Amino acid sequence: MWRWLHPYAKPEATYRLNQKMLPWFAVPGIVVLAVATIWGLAFAPADYQQGDSYRIIFTHVPAAILSMGLYMTMATAALIALVWQIRTAEWAILAIAPVGAVFTFISLFTGAVWGQPMWGTWWVWDARLTSQLILLFLYLGVMALYAAFEDERTGAKAAGILALIGVVNIPIIHYSVYWWNTLHQQSTITKVITRFEKPSMAPEMLWPLLLNILGFALIAGTLVILRLNNQILQREVRRPWAQAILSGAIPASQAANTGAANTEERG
Amino acid sequence: MTGLLAIFIAIMRRDLRVAMRQRSDLLNPILFLLVVITLFPLGVGPGPDVLSRIAPGVIWVSAILSALLGLERIFRDDFRDGALEQMLLLPVAVEWSVLAKITVHWLLTALPLLVLAPLFALLLNLTPSAWGTLWVTLLLGTPVISCVGAIGVALTVSLNKGGALLSLLLLPLLIPLLIFATAAVEASATGLSPAGPLALMAAIMVLTVVLSPYAVHAALRVSVN
Repeated sequence: MWRWLHPYAKPEATYRLNQKMLPWFAVPGIVVLAVATIWGLAFAPADYQQGDSYRIIFTHVPAAILSMGLYMTMATAALIALVWQIRTAEWAILAIAPVGAVFTFISLFTGAVWGQPMWGTWWVWDARLTSQLILLFLYLGVMALYAAFEDERTGAKAAGILALIGVVNIPIIHYSVYWWNTLHQQSTITKVITRFEKPSMAPEMLWPLLLNILGFALIAGTLVILRLNNQILQREVRRPWAQAILSGAIPASQAANTGAANTEERG
Repeated sequence: MTGLLAIFIAIMRRDLRVAMRQRSDLLNPILFLLVVITLFPLGVGPGPDVLSRIAPGVIWVSAILSALLGLERIFRDDFRDGALEQMLLLPVAVEWSVLAKITVHWLLTALPLLVLAPLFALLLNLTPSAWGTLWVTLLLGTPVISCVGAIGVALTVSLNKGGALLSLLLLPLLIPLLIFATAAVEASATGLSPAGPLALMAAIMVLTVVLSPYAVHAALRVSVN
């Protein structure tokens, strides 16, 4: 496995891999998200209790799941950056953090919009909401700490340590609805996967929701790939391979096939 | 083992002596705490029932804020005069030296707080049945503030203007502590058992005291390099 992974410590190789993967994330992402959103908003049946208001889950649940998933991805990148000192992993921390922060914000915002008519309040200090808010602060803290250092490698390592410490919060968010009596309801989907129970949701609603989660994941992947590639090009702007791509001598899509010549370049 | 203990005690004695030569630095956070607590009755009105209801939250929030004031002292001066690098070079695991420094910080900031806690409870008209619980939450919670704070300071010590950033990093991490502490005090104020939240606080305390020196070590290695 290491022999397979090791080439991607080189920014150029990661850039090429990203360019190859980008269409596989972007195109299905846009299609799936469009189909699932229209399905969820227009064709899925209305809820017998909540009417049409429930449809916000088609945005709320995927955003919340991805906010935690992206955090774990960022923490994994931080661990790799700290243990194996790989620069691309350091840039990945900065590539992921703002995307995760936006997803966290979307989940909090849609939750508030739904809570106003359903719970009669925009915000309650229950465990799920509070821990999700802490997640947003953690993302912002990682970004602020990274930006505070003049030397970006030191900043990346410091931000990485903070990201790893913040992992404590992830199980708290997930189990908060079981550990405390929260106003927020318990999970509907996880139990299907982890305990093979029947979902407490009609299949006509479940399928567009699952599709939306897939769509959100693909879009998150697209955004992270774009941000990471931008980071790589910015940091490597003086390298010949980056200048070749930036000057348009090699179209980025073909760069994958031609760039084997300057593999001796080291960072 | 004796060498380790000797170095642990030597670091503690040195830090205590350095702190004793700058006494105003020690006194200011606790005075700040007293002033903040005086502000609340003026701000929300001196009604005794209102005060006794908000007392646990006010005391805890003020305690956290005042702890942030003196926190940078754990590593900042040592970082500036190079003593920190020497500490990293000591022939014992850095975690022990870190733990010694954290212990000194706890002695200097938390002990006065623990001594004065009954006064704060009195000022804010906290129900007498909850005084003991408030004291125990402070006893369990202040080591967590010192340990988590040490991680934050170790991360930001090489920055010139780390103060505001430090609060931004640390306050979210201390929120669980605040929740359990106030829950415990409120439970015993209303005649319920505070055992649940107190047990959780004790668990958090043990975990952070054991694990945070490792995180501090990693952070110092990044900051000093």
